[in-house]
Amino acid sequence: MSMRELDYILGPRVPKELLLKERNRFMIPTILLIIAASFLLISIFLPFWELELQAPQYPQGLHVKLYINKVAGDINEIDSLNHYIGMRSLTEAAPLERSLSIFMIVGIALLTFASVYIHNPLAFLLSIPAIFFPAIFLGDLFFWMYSFGTNLDPHAPLSNSVKPFVPPLLGEGYVGQFKTIAYWDIGLFMSIGASILILIGLYFHRKAYKPLIDSYFRANP
Amino acid sequence: MFLFTVRFKLIAVGVILLLLFAGCGNGNSGQSGSLGSGQDLESVAKARGLTPADLVAAAKTYMPTGKYDEYLMFASGGHSGQLLVIGVPSMRLLKVVGVYTPEPWQGWGFSKDTKKVLAEGNPRGQELSWGDTHHPALSETGGNYDGEFVFINDKANARVAVIDLKDFETKQIVKNPLSYSDHGGTFVTPNTEYVIEGSQYAMPWSGQYASIEKYKEKYRGMVTLWKFDRKKGRIIPEQSFAMELPPYWQDLTDAGKLVSEGWIFINSFNTEMSTGGVEDGNPPFEAGASQRDMDYLHVINLKKAEAAYKAGKTKKINGFPVITLATTVKEKILHFVPEPKSPHGVDVTPDGNFLVISGKLDPHVTIFNFTKIKQAIENEKFAGKDDYGIPILGFDDVLEKQVELGLGPLHTQFDPNGFAYTSLFLESKVARWTLGGPWAEKHKKQPWALVDKVSIHYNVGHIAMAEGDNVEPDGKYLVSLNKWAIDRFSNVGPLLPQNFQLVDVSDPDGPMQLLYDMPIGIGEPHYAQIIKADKIKAWDVYPEVGWDPATQSKSKNAIQAGKEKIKRSGKKVEIWMSAVRSHYTPERVQVKRGDKVIWHITNIERAKDATHGFCIPHYNINLSIEPGETQTIEFVAKKAGVFPFYCTEFCSALHLEMAGYFLVKP
Repeated sequence: MSMRELDYILGPRVPKELLLKERNRFMIPTILLIIAASFLLISIFLPFWELELQAPQYPQGLHVKLYINKVAGDINEIDSLNHYIGMRSLTEAAPLERSLSIFMIVGIALLTFASVYIHNPLAFLLSIPAIFFPAIFLGDLFFWMYSFGTNLDPHAPLSNSVKPFVPPLLGEGYVGQFKTIAYWDIGLFMSIGASILILIGLYFHRKAYKPLIDSYFRANP
Repeated sequence: MFLFTVRFKLIAVGVILLLLFAGCGNGNSGQSGSLGSGQDLESVAKARGLTPADLVAAAKTYMPTGKYDEYLMFASGGHSGQLLVIGVPSMRLLKVVGVYTPEPWQGWGFSKDTKKVLAEGNPRGQELSWGDTHHPALSETGGNYDGEFVFINDKANARVAVIDLKDFETKQIVKNPLSYSDHGGTFVTPNTEYVIEGSQYAMPWSGQYASIEKYKEKYRGMVTLWKFDRKKGRIIPEQSFAMELPPYWQDLTDAGKLVSEGWIFINSFNTEMSTGGVEDGNPPFEAGASQRDMDYLHVINLKKAEAAYKAGKTKKINGFPVITLATTVKEKILHFVPEPKSPHGVDVTPDGNFLVISGKLDPHVTIFNFTKIKQAIENEKFAGKDDYGIPILGFDDVLEKQVELGLGPLHTQFDPNGFAYTSLFLESKVARWTLGGPWAEKHKKQPWALVDKVSIHYNVGHIAMAEGDNVEPDGKYLVSLNKWAIDRFSNVGPLLPQNFQLVDVSDPDGPMQLLYDMPIGIGEPHYAQIIKADKIKAWDVYPEVGWDPATQSKSKNAIQAGKEKIKRSGKKVEIWMSAVRSHYTPERVQVKRGDKVIWHITNIERAKDATHGFCIPHYNINLSIEPGETQTIEFVAKKAGVFPFYCTEFCSALHLEMAGYFLVKP
């Protein structure tokens, strides 16, 4: 691969004098994108979504905490209640997503990180997975909630009294004597934050590198 | 008019108190603080005939829903054979812990393990299904309750039980190898190295016969020092020993603390060695045992006794090492102090320096000074010897003071302000009096003097105060454990409940206030101990699914959901069953008549309070399987037929469906 082809993929390098002269112009997109990538990496360890179930006999409530690769909280108790309405065990949900999610999120973060070094519109392409990640997460969560809530075992003890249901992704819902309250948690907010930071970062990215690209093509028609 | 004003003021105080309480409860009690329409305090009080003092008492004891008591009282359940757990100050019964008597709610005495614990205490092959629990003793560290274990004796059969306060279950029962009855137990040494069990009625050693004419030669008392292993949570009989005592009727005991740590004090009566026989024209025991003016306080040097035991200076009786009276004299382990006749309680003050003896037939409490006792023993200054060669110290040499309190003093407890409290059986009162010596600093009143009395209803035996026999007593509350209730409760027939009365003793300068009556309808409790509730660190649920409470570790018969099975080999059928809301797995168990059935059930729940029961009709089986617990039952399927088994603990909306069939083919 010639230098020229590499330049074509990575975009033009920034001349040293220019970098020293207009430090902020190039630092702002770099920092924003690096922060966004680290937000995604940190979110691996944080809960994304939480569901609280309230009922008189659970004064402390029951809690499900969704991480990118696991469900935590009162899973045993919720599963043992769910068997009455014929819902599958929460541990059976999203097996593929849970097994791949860490690699995926690390990959997405690395792509975002890579876009720091790419000084042309390809950077935008690399950041697309990160930008859409929160939406994909919520979409997948909805898919599984729908799948669990509407595929109830018709032979379960309470199948006549509890109709299929889908708890909302955010806010309150009701099933049986339970009030369900869904919260978005810190991990999800961090990934949304990452999307916003990337969008802002890309704006500054374009502002920083577009003139370089333009002048490059003017010089090498 | 004046009276009206006073009353109005008191009501106002009551209203403010109640409002304050209601205000505190608003946060999380779920009860709103407002009173219903037309339900102001004054009209409620008027309608129910409550005095302002009643309202104050109510405010001091009322526990809003969801609030917990500051203290827990562990009370003997008397001849129910059980242990009671009661909240103080609400006086709500929280639990009856099965100890010596089978208890179906807890499955106590039905499962394999609990049957085994009960059988540990069976004397000479005789199955016992009751006990006469007397004196609970909470385990101590540094002379203060630590909330880990509680021990309790069975006076009727001389047994000692160990209850683990992680799950409030009895773990062990030991049978005394020498005696049939005990009363000087259970008491613990300040770090629970030993659990003390002293005898009551002198007799030939367990299993032996001797004519009553041979009373002086063949009948004996004893005290047993049971070694406790805190880590194992068990008494270790192999490291325990006993001391032979003269055939006086040893009574209550207390362990020394601080300056008197390493010493044990035991009261006695019937030093006359009366042998009864009223039918032959002899004086009955009650008279015969009350002839002499003095009986003997036994002062035992535990360190010396332990050394004699460890040096092998013991005789094996019924396979148990006993320090004989001769060795006791030779090794200078035991000394007597004369005490006014027929005493009952001996109670050591929190600093360990004074021994309070209650006279029973003497209106005084007699206070001995331990430092003086130690000095007299060291100087070998004796006033004489008894028939068995035990040296007797001079009464006046060791006496600190005698305080006249009233008729029938029995038991004494202490508060942190230098006051002592003594029950007066014959007067139906509790006396508050001042300690002297260094304690005078605390109360700044005349030392060794009666201060106040409060009437109780009726015939008080023991009293229990908040940590009242600790090195650091709390004071605040006193519970009077009354033998008779007479007119205190609705008539429930000729057998009346006992009456626990709560007394507020928190104001050292004011009067003691009687607050509340609690009927005990299960037996006649004797002693109780009151511990700060936050010292108890009990489990919510068993730590792991498949827990065996007998070993406090995971059971080898634990079963996971989905791994349930039935194994048959010849005439043996073994079942590993799981229980969860609202089904057992398996739900059908088929055996042949005559098969030996071994049935393990694991409650795989993790939710607090999700207990399941399990009963099989006509087989006398009922279990309580608490969240995480594994229990085993063993029996021979002697009766053919179809037996519906079910969950006896209302566990869920589909509790009635939690059932199955045990089919026994003829």
